[in-house]
Amino acid sequence: MAIAKKTPEMLGKQISFCPGCGHGVVVRLIAECVEELKMEKNCIWSIGVGCYSLMGAAVEADNFNSLHGRGAAVSTGFKRCNPDTLVISYQGDGDAYSIGIGESVSAAYRNENITVITVNNTNYGMTGGQMSATTMPGQKTTTSPLGRDCTTTGMPMKFPEMIAGSFPDVAYVARGAVTTPAHVAKLKKYIMNAFKAQMNNEGYSLVEVLSPCPTNWKMTPLQAIERVNTELVDYYPLGELKTREAK
Amino acid sequence: MEDMIKGNHVFAEAALRAGARFYAGYPITPSTEIMEYLSTRMDEVGGVYIQAESEQASMNILTGASASGVRCFTASSSVGMTLKQEAISHMADSDLPFLAINVVRYGNGLGNLQTGQSDYYRDTRGGGSGDYRNFVLSPYSLQESVELIAHAFDLGDKYGMGAILHTEASLGQMMEPCSFPEMKTVERRPGAIDGTHSQERISPLFRDRFAEALEMKERYKRAIENEQMWKDEYLEDADYVLVAYGLAGRSVMGAVEKLRAEGHKVGFIRPITLWPFPEKAFAKVNPAVKGYISMEENAAGQMVDDIALTLKKTEQRDKPVYCFTYASSIPTLKRIKSDFIKVTNGEVKEVY
Amino acid sequence: MKVKVRQERCKECGICVANCPKKAISFSEEISVTGYRPVVVNDELCIGCGICYTMCPDWVFEILGDRG
Repeated sequence: MAIAKKTPEMLGKQISFCPGCGHGVVVRLIAECVEELKMEKNCIWSIGVGCYSLMGAAVEADNFNSLHGRGAAVSTGFKRCNPDTLVISYQGDGDAYSIGIGESVSAAYRNENITVITVNNTNYGMTGGQMSATTMPGQKTTTSPLGRDCTTTGMPMKFPEMIAGSFPDVAYVARGAVTTPAHVAKLKKYIMNAFKAQMNNEGYSLVEVLSPCPTNWKMTPLQAIERVNTELVDYYPLGELKTREAK
Repeated sequence: MEDMIKGNHVFAEAALRAGARFYAGYPITPSTEIMEYLSTRMDEVGGVYIQAESEQASMNILTGASASGVRCFTASSSVGMTLKQEAISHMADSDLPFLAINVVRYGNGLGNLQTGQSDYYRDTRGGGSGDYRNFVLSPYSLQESVELIAHAFDLGDKYGMGAILHTEASLGQMMEPCSFPEMKTVERRPGAIDGTHSQERISPLFRDRFAEALEMKERYKRAIENEQMWKDEYLEDADYVLVAYGLAGRSVMGAVEKLRAEGHKVGFIRPITLWPFPEKAFAKVNPAVKGYISMEENAAGQMVDDIALTLKKTEQRDKPVYCFTYASSIPTLKRIKSDFIKVTNGEVKEVY
Repeated sequence: MKVKVRQERCKECGICVANCPKKAISFSEEISVTGYRPVVVNDELCIGCGICYTMCPDWVFEILGDRG
């Protein structure tokens, strides 16, 4: 018995992502969860600066383009003014973990009742593939053309671990991926848990998503998926780092 | 007689009386008392108060609040306002009003903790990227600041533009008798983001920037035509006009009275809106005036340029413009008088 | 028909082709308006499992379920 599956109503125009980019799956999962929770007319998306900046045209819901890195702060403003609205901060690793690290950490520190979704593709994609906080050791990027030297640039940042480890009061922290059907199914559950935590006023929730970036990794989509499933999942473990308290 | 109240407390209470119900900020001398006051007072009026992790974060929090249609404000000083510039430009791009109270402290970089007027250029020109303008209003007394704060919020809503209350350390720290209007309740701005997606909004990445440029030009023209504020006296027969704002303006007003009593034909213009600059005041000046004297609490002179630019639009474009700068101090009546005499004695060269 | 395909959205990334458990998806010979060879689904081989929908980043597929 086959189950019907249709792209959520709130997703309209196609977004001009690269073939094989993970953003399209993440956006769809968020929209599926929003519609299943019947919140499509009661949600605000803050959109950070990255390849996904252009997705506002495809998402038929209230959204706002925030400054680079500031999504968690802007979302704080939205949520404090609209406490019953689902507020989602959509950011990349570039947006949230370097220029935005202050705002990203502080929203978790204050346990703001928002959901932050960070898409981690281990580089600054939109600007052509520079090194980011999550670039792997030895990974070649346009600002580490000889391969990332972690002795001078630091080890890749594990943001969900930082948050779950530092702020015991936050509601929910997880890391997922879009690179196998099983990963996608689990990721949808993580996103759903995060939204439910917010709607239940439990506090701050975070889902980091490992995504392929074929263009800047100089790989085919399938090769990029393979990199996520082998190299990245090894360093960035998937799963729930902080589960919701039993309510 | 009204109660004596500290300046920073006046600014905070005045914003609440004007209906503001959202504050996010970061402490910085000499503005800190604003947020200390609000840390308990905001709760009493049912608003939102956030001590943010930085000036830039607090301005971005304000971005979300203003986008939600809520009357919102922040406060900082000089170098702290510097951190807010990116968000101020961003809010201008989306027509989001706000009030930022800049209790200016003197100097570049960290500066010192004394009073000053070294932020004139930055606040009137804008330190963020792009071609935006903000309303800039400068009070000379605490009572005037109460009126200007309410007016700043109204201007913001009317034009979809941010406003800066451009004051200075000494006014924030001093106490004066002051009265407040009744507490106002303000509805959310119509058309703001509320989660329902009832309005289409065009992202900055997709807007027609050409049409927008024309609209911006028109809007700023309207603001310049309609929103200039100033105080002036003794312009019709003035030989010289002293121009100063804020506490320097307050001193100048007193000095002009003294000079008049001694027989000098001197007048003053005290700009209240620094943007839009009160060009219309200069049209009232005696056509035979001998010169204008800018008196500023900074190092190299800033407002003097706007005086010269304004004169260029008038028949007075060839009149000399002098400038005295007092660094991080309010010029005293004695000092203003003696500097004025230097001009009349020909001891000082004009800037323009 | 078990699966509807919005061919104009397909970017030829190949993820659905690689993940289909029945190898029911292949690239068309034709070039779409967007310059790609979009995917086609062999309805005979297809079992309507929905994995293509799950994995597709461009929202190409609609699984018709029992209504199809």
